[in-house]
Amino acid sequence: MLEFFAMGGYALYVWSAFGVTLVVLAGNWWFARRRHAQIIATLRRSAQVDSPEAQPGFKEVMT
Amino acid sequence: MWKWFHQLASPPHFYRLAGLWAPWFMGAALVLMAYSLYAGLVLAPMDYQQKDAFRIIYVHVPSAYLSLMAYTMMAVASAIGLIWRMKLAHAVAASAAPIGASFTFLALFTGSVWGYPMWGTWWEWSDPRMMTELILLFLYLGYMALRAAFEDRKRADRAGAVLAIVGVVNVVLVHYSVEWWSSLHQGQTIMNENATMPASMLTPLLTMILAFTLFFGALMFSRLRGEVLLRESNARWVRRLVAEEAAHA
Repeated sequence: MLEFFAMGGYALYVWSAFGVTLVVLAGNWWFARRRHAQIIATLRRSAQVDSPEAQPGFKEVMT
Repeated sequence: MWKWFHQLASPPHFYRLAGLWAPWFMGAALVLMAYSLYAGLVLAPMDYQQKDAFRIIYVHVPSAYLSLMAYTMMAVASAIGLIWRMKLAHAVAASAAPIGASFTFLALFTGSVWGYPMWGTWWEWSDPRMMTELILLFLYLGYMALRAAFEDRKRADRAGAVLAIVGVVNVVLVHYSVEWWSSLHQGQTIMNENATMPASMLTPLLTMILAFTLFFGALMFSRLRGEVLLRESNARWVRRLVAEEAAHA
């Protein structure tokens, strides 16, 4: 088991590559979900007042 | 078949289908990734030259492949959007950019931590493969910055599309950089009749590439749904959907 984690002395390189990949993949999923929620929230707010441009936060999500 | 394509291009229909497909793509990606990780890190034998460091290939090559694939998709979608004025095409380009940028970063990062123990350097400014891949990252970031600079989405679509199409030259340069110029970077591993990899090493690489592609698909569906809502924000179906979501919340 320890031998597996040691990666023949290349542990630092191998595990940092796989670790950062995991973080980027998870981050991608999180950002995609968050953006969808933001868009729904923005559209909801602009539906309440019928002039979307007047809403704060509108521009950030719309671009 | 044509009817099916027509329906797919209709925004409410696409929105619904993308919502249905995303979890399946994600699920399949995660299962394949788990298998590829086990097969690549545990089952595959050590490389006789690179020892265990070669295992970085299982995240490096899929990331690099996606970085090019996403850009190509962005450029083709941009061209379709410009020529046929198809709204969904511009949405595809806009959705692919941030994902492609993240995979380009990954390709550069994993390449760097693989390069250090193998070549003795994290980065080589004169290397054509590294430079063209870095330019790819700048093209993605430039595309996103350019889009963000326009208030009007239609103008952002058009300006971004021109940049995306011009930049596709760089994709060709990345691909052939190791053949046309001398590079530290090794040549092609797959689709190369001279370099042969045993199946125990190659299979996890191919399944990982498939897993990354499915993951990319799930991300695209998820981001595209938002883009469709934004672009159709005045349509009745979007208003109804937003009102329904509000009732749930």
